[in-house]
Amino acid sequence: MNQEQLNDRNVSENGYFQVDIADYPTTNWGRFKRVIDRTFKLELFVGLWVVMREMIRFDTHTIKYPEEKMPIGPRYRAVHKMQRLWESDTERCIGCGLCEKICISNCIKMDTKIDENSRKEVSEYTINLGRCIYCGYCAEVCPELAIVHGGEYENASDQREHFVDFESMLTPIDVMKEGKQLEFEGFGAITPHEDERVKKTPLAY
Amino acid sequence: METAYLIETVIKIVVILLVFSALAGIGTYFERKILAFMQRRLGPTYVGPYGLLQVAADGVKLFTKEDIIPTNVVGRIFKIAPVITAATAFMAAAAIPFLPSFSIGGYEVHPIVADINIGILYILGIMGVGLYGPLLGGMASANKFSLLSAARGAAVFISYEVVTGLSILAPIMIVGSLSLVDFNNYQAVNGWLVFSQPVAFILFWIAAFAETGRTPFHLVANDHEIIDGFGTEYSGMRWGLFFIGEYANMFFISFVIPLIFLGGFGDGSVLGAFALLGKMAFFFFFFLWTRAAWPDVRPDQLMMLCWKILMPIAVINVVITGFVMM
Repeated sequence: MNQEQLNDRNVSENGYFQVDIADYPTTNWGRFKRVIDRTFKLELFVGLWVVMREMIRFDTHTIKYPEEKMPIGPRYRAVHKMQRLWESDTERCIGCGLCEKICISNCIKMDTKIDENSRKEVSEYTINLGRCIYCGYCAEVCPELAIVHGGEYENASDQREHFVDFESMLTPIDVMKEGKQLEFEGFGAITPHEDERVKKTPLAY
Repeated sequence: METAYLIETVIKIVVILLVFSALAGIGTYFERKILAFMQRRLGPTYVGPYGLLQVAADGVKLFTKEDIIPTNVVGRIFKIAPVITAATAFMAAAAIPFLPSFSIGGYEVHPIVADINIGILYILGIMGVGLYGPLLGGMASANKFSLLSAARGAAVFISYEVVTGLSILAPIMIVGSLSLVDFNNYQAVNGWLVFSQPVAFILFWIAAFAETGRTPFHLVANDHEIIDGFGTEYSGMRWGLFFIGEYANMFFISFVIPLIFLGGFGDGSVLGAFALLGKMAFFFFFFLWTRAAWPDVRPDQLMMLCWKILMPIAVINVVITGFVMM
């Protein structure tokens, strides 16, 4: 199954159709006709044939989960990721602290400092995944598209408090050098045709 | 009674017990696989190649689980009920000829434990006693749902005993014997009974589903209340015994139907023996097939089907057979 199929919610074009089901008979003659119908249409054998056909076709729809995984939608909100800048490969996070402020379950904790170039730098950054409710506010509020949600949903832990830190969320530098950082299409991200849809502010007309 | 006969009988009993206990386990594997394929799933795949060792894993689980006897149950009856189901299922096998007789080193072996002259009556009677397993288990469980399931199971069973008995009466009149070996030999000479008694065949087949409690008549499990039924309070191997009984019953009834109606093992050649096994396999497969395809009927529909439709048809069949034979 590819991404397009997954995102296509337009059921009317997917081969779905309304099944024609007759009403229950109310008169005795109607009931009698239904009995005759069911007896001589051999509906039971239709059922037998249907399951046998499926067995012969052997077209299972089972996904062997740990080995195979369904593709996950771009708007899915799983464990967070920290993006890097395409221009300079440095992290996008400017340490503004908006994500920490907006976090409604108080699971983001960050510390910043002024580095030797007198730029603001993140010194500590952890997310307590045990508390995180994956609401996506942090990704939405981030002015730099630095913190985003990834597709990694296997975050079961034997501890109630389960932290991820900045380094483990950050796009690895070798992935970045190969140009393989995935841009987040989901919650709070810029939608694909944003340039065409941009309008001047009302004050300008 | 000579010693050789005693030894032979004991060996036959042991072989049947071992083979059909194992088959009951493998039967669950087939059921899960076939149901899975029919419902576009995979079934057991992880334990062993193609999930074949799932049976062993289930066995280990059942044997090592805690055997819980809940408070308020009637202890002794609660404990003996699963044994009744399993034991009666295997006792019924005593009068079934599983294969044609063959000779090992000049010694003639009849693969039937006891060729008694009331064979069919014995089998149906013992299978009828098997009702006491679910019934007593459900009544002793101190659980309303178990009790409901037991009552419903008893109602189904008693109704369909009538159909079984009446439908089998016409073939018995034709053959003039109650021994399954005689049935087989009669059909080897005169052709299969299903051609002269198609109605009895269909009726007996339908009743077999009720006898074994399989899906169209699977009322012992309270599917509507999402509760397992008479086995709700059971755990571990006691619960497993119910299952062994059910699957052994399925296998035995799958032997009995071809033996009575479809020629059994024919003239007793090797081909005939394989033919019987093939017919048995088909009827066993059909039990699983219907489970995948058909819904359960309501208890009242089931009673109506039995008393108002099947039983009159069976009686008419017996009467017509009688007139034709005169």
